[in-house]
Amino acid sequence: MLVVYYSSGSEYTHRFAGKLRHPSLRLPLLTRSDTPIVGEPFVLITPTYGAGSNRGAVPKQVIKFLNVRGNRDNLVGVIGAGNTNFGEDYCRAAHRVADKCRVPLLYRFELLGTEDDVENVDEGLDSLCQRLRTTAT
Amino acid sequence: MSEKLTLVSHVDAINWNRIVDDIDGEVWDRLTANFWLPEKVPLSNDVQSWATLTEDEKTLTMRVFTGLTLLDTIQGTVGAVSLIPDALTPHEEAVYTNIAFMESVHAKSYSSIFSTLASTRQIDDAFRWSTENQSLQRKADIILKYYRGDDPLKRKVASTLLESFLFYSGFYLPMYWSSHAKLTNTADLIRLIIRDEAVHGYYIGYKYQRGLEKVDDTKKQELKDYTYELLFELYENEVQYTHDLYDPVGLAEDVKKFLHYNANKALMNLGYEAMFPSSVTDVNPAILSALSPNADENHDFFSGSGSSYVIGKAVNTEDEDWDF
Repeated sequence: MLVVYYSSGSEYTHRFAGKLRHPSLRLPLLTRSDTPIVGEPFVLITPTYGAGSNRGAVPKQVIKFLNVRGNRDNLVGVIGAGNTNFGEDYCRAAHRVADKCRVPLLYRFELLGTEDDVENVDEGLDSLCQRLRTTAT
Repeated sequence: MSEKLTLVSHVDAINWNRIVDDIDGEVWDRLTANFWLPEKVPLSNDVQSWATLTEDEKTLTMRVFTGLTLLDTIQGTVGAVSLIPDALTPHEEAVYTNIAFMESVHAKSYSSIFSTLASTRQIDDAFRWSTENQSLQRKADIILKYYRGDDPLKRKVASTLLESFLFYSGFYLPMYWSSHAKLTNTADLIRLIIRDEAVHGYYIGYKYQRGLEKVDDTKKQELKDYTYELLFELYENEVQYTHDLYDPVGLAEDVKKFLHYNANKALMNLGYEAMFPSSVTDVNPAILSALSPNADENHDFFSGSGSSYVIGKAVNTEDEDWDF
């Protein structure tokens, strides 16, 4: 299962995606860069940002990517990266995307993720792949 | 004191229109948007709840908060300030001044809690305890030693461990009270502190990793070994401190799980792998949901749930970039 993710200069999510057995595609760091077009089913991993209680949770680059209809149609589910220290804002971006695109929030992990998180997500993505294949046939 | 005071050797006028590292700008915005003062939290609503605590519970609460006050005082007057001379960019220097000030706000906010809930005698007793408790003093000594040392990267490690690990033996208690519907306004204030410390730990840890890029592999390994050694030294001391505080109310084992969980997060903020296995980081779900109201929701690929997120009072986002 393809994993599309955004990761800022601190690279937390980048490092998590790199540990997965599944292929991944990083969204560009700069908002002015062209956003990729993805032609196959994928899962999105997004961290949460915010300069206020309820502003800018979803990274702009993620919004730009999802504004493309074709990308949205291939979005199977979302995984959130976050920190419980942010209270009710924990993984808010992933919740927002799940709500807005009407896809399930599949998993959440904190910071770089633990070994268990990597294993859980790998296995979860395996089973998603299988389910998609079964539906297709 | 005979120590030589180190200051930044050269200062240019700071230009926020030329940011070298985007993270500096992002963190500055986040910190200033998060700004708060204890006067905005209606602490007096906790007076009745305070009266329902036993004497042991009151003593514990007072001691926990003086311990936290000490850490915030160190971080405000020494820790964050000691990072300024080694900053890589002028904007990083500015962020540290914000962190230093906010730590002083945190330190003062405990005094607001005290003056609202406790008597002068109780307050004086708790502060006396904080100067006499060996584990607490030792914790302060270990950290201060590294702040005074001459290795800038070790200072960042010590600082990140303070922000992301050392506070949590104390933060546990207000989350525990909150999960029992006690001292809930105090818990709201502590949650604001917890949120700030997350940004501080993230930022100082990030700057540590930027600094690591500039040293050779031998030094990298030395710093990694040092980090785990320091964490272990602090951890052993935290375990003792936890027993000193929480044994009278029987919560020490539960607190330790919270320590393990946060030690892992501190390591991750420094770019290292978690050290404690999941078998000892299974924080009491009530504590976790006091920290983050939706943290105990089940999202495991198989639960089949859509987003069940209830944002509550803030439903509409102000994002303007969505096209659908």
